[in-house]
Amino acid sequence: MPTLLGIDYPTLWFLVVGGLFSGYAILDGFDLGAGALHLFFRKEESRRIALNAIGPVWDGNEVWLVIGGGALFAGFPVLYATLFSGMYIPFMLFLAFLIFRAVSIEFRSKEKMKWWRQMWDVSYSIASAMLAVLLGVVLGNVLLGMDIGASQEFEGNWVEFLNPYALLVGLTTLALFSTHGALYLLMKTEGRLYAKLTILARRAMIFFLITFALVTLYTLIYIPHLSDRFREVQWLFVVPVLAFLSIANIPRLISKRKYRQAFFFSSLTMALLLIVVAIELYPVLILSTLDKTYSITIYNAASSNKSLGIMLTIAAIGAPMVLSYTAFVFWTFRGKVRLDETSY
Amino acid sequence: MDVEILSRLQFAFTISFHYIYPPLSIGLGLIMVIMEGQYLRTKEPVYEQMARFWTKIFALTFGIGVATGIVMEFEFGTNWATYSRYVGDVFGSALAAEGIFAFALESGFLGILLFGWNRVSPRVHFIATIGVFFGSLFSAVWIVVANSWQQTPAGFMIEGEGLRARAVITDFWAMVFNPSSVDRLLHVWIGAFLAGAFLVLSVHAYYLLKGRHVELSKKAFKIALGVATVFSLAQLVVGHHSANGVAENQPAKLAALEGHFDSLAVADAYVFGWVNKEKQEVTGIGVPGGLTFLLHNDFTTPVRGLNSFPEDERPSALNAIFQFYHLMVAIGMALIALTLFAAFQWWRGKLFENRWLLWIFVFSVLLPNIANQVGWFAAEMGRQPWVVYGLLRTSEALSKAVTANQVLFSLILFALIYTLLLALFLYLLNKKIKVGPEGTERIQHNPRQEGMAEAWGER
Ligand code: HDD
Ligand code: HEM
Ligand code: HEM
Repeated sequence: MPTLLGIDYPTLWFLVVGGLFSGYAILDGFDLGAGALHLFFRKEESRRIALNAIGPVWDGNEVWLVIGGGALFAGFPVLYATLFSGMYIPFMLFLAFLIFRAVSIEFRSKEKMKWWRQMWDVSYSIASAMLAVLLGVVLGNVLLGMDIGASQEFEGNWVEFLNPYALLVGLTTLALFSTHGALYLLMKTEGRLYAKLTILARRAMIFFLITFALVTLYTLIYIPHLSDRFREVQWLFVVPVLAFLSIANIPRLISKRKYRQAFFFSSLTMALLLIVVAIELYPVLILSTLDKTYSITIYNAASSNKSLGIMLTIAAIGAPMVLSYTAFVFWTFRGKVRLDETSY
Repeated sequence: MDVEILSRLQFAFTISFHYIYPPLSIGLGLIMVIMEGQYLRTKEPVYEQMARFWTKIFALTFGIGVATGIVMEFEFGTNWATYSRYVGDVFGSALAAEGIFAFALESGFLGILLFGWNRVSPRVHFIATIGVFFGSLFSAVWIVVANSWQQTPAGFMIEGEGLRARAVITDFWAMVFNPSSVDRLLHVWIGAFLAGAFLVLSVHAYYLLKGRHVELSKKAFKIALGVATVFSLAQLVVGHHSANGVAENQPAKLAALEGHFDSLAVADAYVFGWVNKEKQEVTGIGVPGGLTFLLHNDFTTPVRGLNSFPEDERPSALNAIFQFYHLMVAIGMALIALTLFAAFQWWRGKLFENRWLLWIFVFSVLLPNIANQVGWFAAEMGRQPWVVYGLLRTSEALSKAVTANQVLFSLILFALIYTLLLALFLYLLNKKIKVGPEGTERIQHNPRQEGMAEAWGER
């Protein structure tokens, strides 16, 4: 088996996909969080500023999902096929909300009528919140394991995705994204909206702390196998500890009004939590609840090494390009939001 | 209805809807690059005005293109799971390249294109426009390569058997440059340029007829007419080349395109006609031996017909394929006639004197869009019963975990959402056209120095 730096290709690609999903969570996470909070802003002005704070970047952020999905298809076609067809309904709803989020942002500013704007505000906010929840629900199901049969197909009932654990993870995701979104907006706004956001950020944070505590307890009590890896390889315990420290830092910095740093730590938290998930799962991607040997792992789901090698090359060429113009765009739109005639 | 029919319907519906917008974005991208290039070259504000106007319409087509594209990417996994497992190894790399090289470039610079007019210099803005245009061109590259691989697979081998069988890549470049990808990519690009150019022609012809924005419209019309003329002609050449490729690589599809049944005989080319599948005959007007001539440059070489293929390896919707294909070719010819005539009038200095000609341009925007749709329909339905030509059947490519009711649910969901999207798109497009390009006095070049209050100006 070919390796790079002593790591085999499926594992490398697992890292790439993990990196892409972390990138997506951090970037689109603040868009979705800002969207989920949108209806709390009462004034038309505030809503416009909030929208324009994400205006030039949300589309680029969403591309991380597109690339992540492509990377999953390319690297682990079996996982992509089984997960997406097994969770047909949540993915279809996800797509519908994704469309509504996009068109609400696009269309809202195109008419001045009050009802028109209110309608798109509501659909934007609900869509953003539901997207966050659905992402969490999918993650929750992946953590729990699914009814995967011998032919690597999902054989359970389609409503299974709606279980308490997955819903709880969904709410936690919503809470984390809301906090993250509020912190992002705090960096981009001033005046009234800023004042309002200081309160919202605190409340979202409390919401997150509660749901996160519940998820942690639930996981430890009911899904003990997820912590096996940490018991075997004890130094890995650093990662969850760092994640807890990073979470603890957010309220501390919020109360000190250091929102830029707080935003950094909410980003870090997402990355660390996803690393925890990755450690818990690896090398299994979806545990079969029917028979352990049916589980989908990075090895039985992966593309050939030749194909993975090609894609690693593509990623190595592409990543610096993507990162450099992402940075350029954020730099161009740095600072507080100013509205002009090209704004939403 | 069973899962297969529903899934095919859903895929056809969602991709056809997606394919309304990207061609417009790609085509408008080209036109915007030309307009901004003219602005930088001549410094005439009128070019900036038109570029800004078309940017707004571009934002609309682009937004819906993105929203509907993500559906397509997920649908491979949700509805065509067996297919995804089968092709993932080969085709995944094309999709991954698409995401990294195309979409990221496109949507990265889009922010600057749309919101950066007052933030960056005209030169940097021009670069952003080019970035978005190239991004959209690359988007077409990888997805068309992937689709062409399905039509004419190359650079792979089959590994495993039965349910576990899958295609594994052996030669990346042979996969990318499979026998049909270059022809089809060029054909798709040109189809997109035509869609964009005719939209511009239509809107400015309308302004000219109404006597609004006259100077600006004359300039913009000429830019688009140049693009449309060149590419209408090019499309014929590329399309013809593509047909020769189909004859070589997918003979059953070619036979279906022209309704050619006899196993091995001289084949006719029709201008229009009607295919009777039971009687195995075509009634219509055409050139006897025409297809033979187009392929071999003589009237005697026989061409393989549908009857030389086993019953279960022939496409089934023969009349539909025939009609779609002939409609596309007829439109291609009509576009050539129209643009050549207009170019001739331009050369005589009488381009804007015939109101009827302008009216034709107002409505001709539909033609390339219809041709783009029916071209894909002919190409994709002609590929049936295969998903991957000669290797994997459509009926075997489905998701086993998905039930008919689930697909029916999502099909209805998308039907509702897309109807709403189309209505909104047309409404807003109409509105933007009514408002028209903004006067130069409305353009704020540096709002950062102005107070917030002034910058509040609503659109
Ligand atoms: C990369 C892959 C890919 C690309 C770029 C396209 N298609 Fe496709 N198409 C498929 C991959 C595919 C498929 C997954 O292979 C389908 C699904 C069912 C089938 O038989 O093939 C298909 C089916 C399919 C059908 C149904 C055919 C039938 O069931 O008889 C239509 C009408 C289209 N497509 C139309 C289009 C259009 C208008 C496209 C332009 C954007 C397009 N396709 C691009
Ligand atoms: C089944 C096939 C297809 C899939 C899976 C697909 C996927 C996607 C996705 C995910 C996006 C959104 C990207 C973003 O977030 O920025 C998108 C947009 C786009 N797609 Fe497709 N696409 C398909 C067919 C095509 C074809 C055939 C073309 C060729 C012209 C095309 C051209 C574009 C372009 C130019 C965009 C940018 C948005 C726009 O310009 O409207 N796509 N597509
Ligand atoms: C002028 C004469 C034309 C000829 C001879 C021609 C020929 C062809 C052929 C043979 C195919 C099938 C290719 C395949 O299945 O691999 C095709 C597909 C297609 N055509 Fe045309 N075409 C013409 C004009 C046009 C025009 C004017 C447009 C649009 C503005 C157009 C858009 C398309 C599209 C989008 C496809 C599907 C993509 C593809 O398979 O390349 N065509 N054409």
